[in-house]
Amino acid sequence: MNELYALIKSLSVPERMLAFVILAPLAGGLLSGIDRKLSARLQGRYGPPVLQPFYDVMKLLRKERIIVNKFQDFPIVLFLLFTIFSGALFFAGADLLLTIFGLALAGTFFVLGGFCVSSPYSHLGAEREIIQTVAYEPMVILMAVGMYQVTGSFRVGTIAHHHAPLILYLPGVFAGFLYILTIKFRKSPFDLSMSHHAHQEIVRGITTEFSGPALALIEITHWYEVMLLLGMVYLFFAFNPWLAVVMALATYLFEIFIDMNYARFKWQLTFMSAWLFTAVAGVSNIIVLSLMR
Amino acid sequence: MNALIFLIVFPLAVSFLALVPPLSLAVRKGVGVCVNIVLCAVPIYLLVANLDQGPAYFHLESTIIDIGMLIVELFIAGYLIYISFTSKRYLTALLVIVQSVIMVSFEFTSGHGMQIEHSLFVDKFSIIMALIVGIIGSAICLYAIGYLPEYHEHYREVKDRRRYFAFLMYLFLAAMFGIVFSNNLMWLYFFWEITTVCSFLLIGYRDDEPSRESAFRALNMNLVGGVVFAIGLVNLYSSSGIMELDKLLQTDKGMVLLPAVCLAFAGLVKSAQFPFSSWLTGAMVAPTPVSALLHSSTMVKAGVYLILRVAPVMENTAAAKMLTLIGGVSFLVTALIAISQSNAKKVLAYSTISNLGLIVACAGVNTAAAVWSAILLIIFHAVAKSLLFLCVGIVEYKLDSRDIEDMDYLIMRLPKLTAVMMTGMAGMFLAPFGMIISKFITLRAFVESNPAMAIILAYGSAATIFFWTKWMGKIMSIRHGVAEVVEHRVSRWEWITLGILAVATVVVCLAFPFFSFHVINPYLLEVFGKTPVVDAFNVMMVFIIMVGLLIILPLGLLFYAFVDKNYKRVGIYLGGGNIDNITFEGAMASTQPIALKNYYLEKYFGEERLFNVGVFVSLTLMIIMFGVAVI
Repeated sequence: MNELYALIKSLSVPERMLAFVILAPLAGGLLSGIDRKLSARLQGRYGPPVLQPFYDVMKLLRKERIIVNKFQDFPIVLFLLFTIFSGALFFAGADLLLTIFGLALAGTFFVLGGFCVSSPYSHLGAEREIIQTVAYEPMVILMAVGMYQVTGSFRVGTIAHHHAPLILYLPGVFAGFLYILTIKFRKSPFDLSMSHHAHQEIVRGITTEFSGPALALIEITHWYEVMLLLGMVYLFFAFNPWLAVVMALATYLFEIFIDMNYARFKWQLTFMSAWLFTAVAGVSNIIVLSLMR
Repeated sequence: MNALIFLIVFPLAVSFLALVPPLSLAVRKGVGVCVNIVLCAVPIYLLVANLDQGPAYFHLESTIIDIGMLIVELFIAGYLIYISFTSKRYLTALLVIVQSVIMVSFEFTSGHGMQIEHSLFVDKFSIIMALIVGIIGSAICLYAIGYLPEYHEHYREVKDRRRYFAFLMYLFLAAMFGIVFSNNLMWLYFFWEITTVCSFLLIGYRDDEPSRESAFRALNMNLVGGVVFAIGLVNLYSSSGIMELDKLLQTDKGMVLLPAVCLAFAGLVKSAQFPFSSWLTGAMVAPTPVSALLHSSTMVKAGVYLILRVAPVMENTAAAKMLTLIGGVSFLVTALIAISQSNAKKVLAYSTISNLGLIVACAGVNTAAAVWSAILLIIFHAVAKSLLFLCVGIVEYKLDSRDIEDMDYLIMRLPKLTAVMMTGMAGMFLAPFGMIISKFITLRAFVESNPAMAIILAYGSAATIFFWTKWMGKIMSIRHGVAEVVEHRVSRWEWITLGILAVATVVVCLAFPFFSFHVINPYLLEVFGKTPVVDAFNVMMVFIIMVGLLIILPLGLLFYAFVDKNYKRVGIYLGGGNIDNITFEGAMASTQPIALKNYYLEKYFGEERLFNVGVFVSLTLMIIMFGVAVI
């Protein structure tokens, strides 16, 4: 049962970081392929091959660079770099808060990329992306706070080795995290700033003016992000590594299921419901924990 | 000791020199530069000289000084009463009279027997404050030299009183040095009142109805703080016979709780926490250097300075919990209100109150880690916020607007200024610069002691990201084509100041380990007997990100500007109806321009909706704070 631990522990910090940098996009792309296949089947379509996301990215990378201003690709590169950096920190077992702030920094660059092209569609996407960020950010921070309350540490390494199951202490926090995970995965009903489904929109929000290689980078960044977030789900069940992996995958499937069953919310509903759900599930959980201690 | 007295007396002398009429502009500029250099150099000398030493206390034969201060106080009181009667503000007059009666009767009943052992003192925290006041404060005064001629060109109806303006600015600095070096609480009180009067006169500089209104509001609120300060001093002396800051901190805590709460109250007013926030948001009617001075290095920082000083007395009491919550409420509510504001100066004002709220909350928590991050917040906020105010001041004249919605394509119209402005913004909210490092530590400090504050911080940081990101996005949007560059009209004086502050913003970020280990930690060791444990790995990571960004950003921009040629440039997508880059073909073959506006979510975060909530909640907390202190 602990082979997974033994494997991870045998690696040094730089090796773990490197493993994340190489393996995360492969796993993320594969999950994305499964997502598309499964979604298609749920909708009664045949669906693309599982490896389709890789083919797409390969093709995008070979395309001509078409841009509207000279600097627009720079924020996207920074978005990718900082997402990778936060993910690498996380999987190296470093500080959870540092990871969260790094991820927020990466997200900010993405939004700035959307703003800097000054196109109406992209601008609207960027505004909505900020609203989404504001909607999920409190819950992400509270997750770290909750984990600290249980384990007494912000270090991912320590949290992952905690003997007791975190999920038993943090059911509310986990529920709140699941809720905002839908926003982070860009799934319906919260896919306001850009959607993953080609059939929903031709002009794709924040990425309207990004094409070819830049779009490929955005896609790859998303794979990294998905793996990082699933890593956070893993922490809730880390007392049993195999169970944790299964639960992380189950969470992903659950999000696909949610995606299939909901139409898009308005931003008002997205924002208010996310903050309220955070308050009801996350905050109450944290308060109970602090009273228990 | 001489350096301390010099730092108080020198700006005072300069302020009177500024009143001398026949100096030409060139001479004034020359003097301004020299003063600036001296005011930067002396605090740095203090820092170097005291780097390995603990706090030092100085005795000063003070009978004459005390009498002199009393006379000045009475003179100011008389002046304020005169002004308030001529402008029919009787509440102000009443407050001044109450305050004067308290202080004069106190002076006559117990002034003679009062033994002051140490009048002045210096420790690491005072030095940090002196550095902020010296470097940033004097840089702002320098900026004012270039700014005021333009101001009067712009507002011809305002009476040109620039000598009087310079007098007040330097007087303000002198009073600030006085506050941070005074150990004698009577002196602290004296300098405290000087800053109140200076801010009143500076806010009312325009001398029209709105600015008079704001000035009197600021005066009234700060006078309330002053009255409570005076009551606190009287109570302190009558209950324990103490009139010195260091003795106050060493006394039995139960005995001096009420005076400490009174002093903290005065600090809350000065740092514009709820329910006293409206004076700071009203203060933006003043010329920009005044706002920059009030927000960064003086006034509000005096407030949090005093709160941090007296916080150890309140440790582990219900009063401290209330203080924490007042700070928390101010932090959260003003961050939310800032989302709904499109007036650039107002966004900055609310962001100031918000950050100060965090500092006050840290003071209330009062653990080594919390105070550590409070001091870092003071430093980072001072540099970044002064920089932003000065930038907005310039933008206001170049665009004839201080509305964020008018700052489209600012990076094309004022490229260098926008770069400076973005440095300031990055310092305010972008990880890993400045504020974020402190928030990181603050969150840790809160989680240990007060989970409710961690929750407030989680929501508040999200709001902070919102209003900064959309503003930053606005000014960095680029359109294809040309925009009129208006930057050449920015004066050299303004550039010099901006340069100093922009460099300072980057330097304090890079030098924060130095400040932490050599300046803040020794201070914490004196007060708490321990220092917060900071994970070395985290510090290293933060450093890598910071240095990485500082290298990547300029290199990347250069690459995309000059090296990268491999692309095809097209117009933006306008639903296929493009006419050119900013217009498209609408219905009936009409030509429609595009306009990009930000979200302000007025319905959720409107000022009138949230402001009163903040006032009432914090008023309740404040009453509880006094209640538990009296019992």
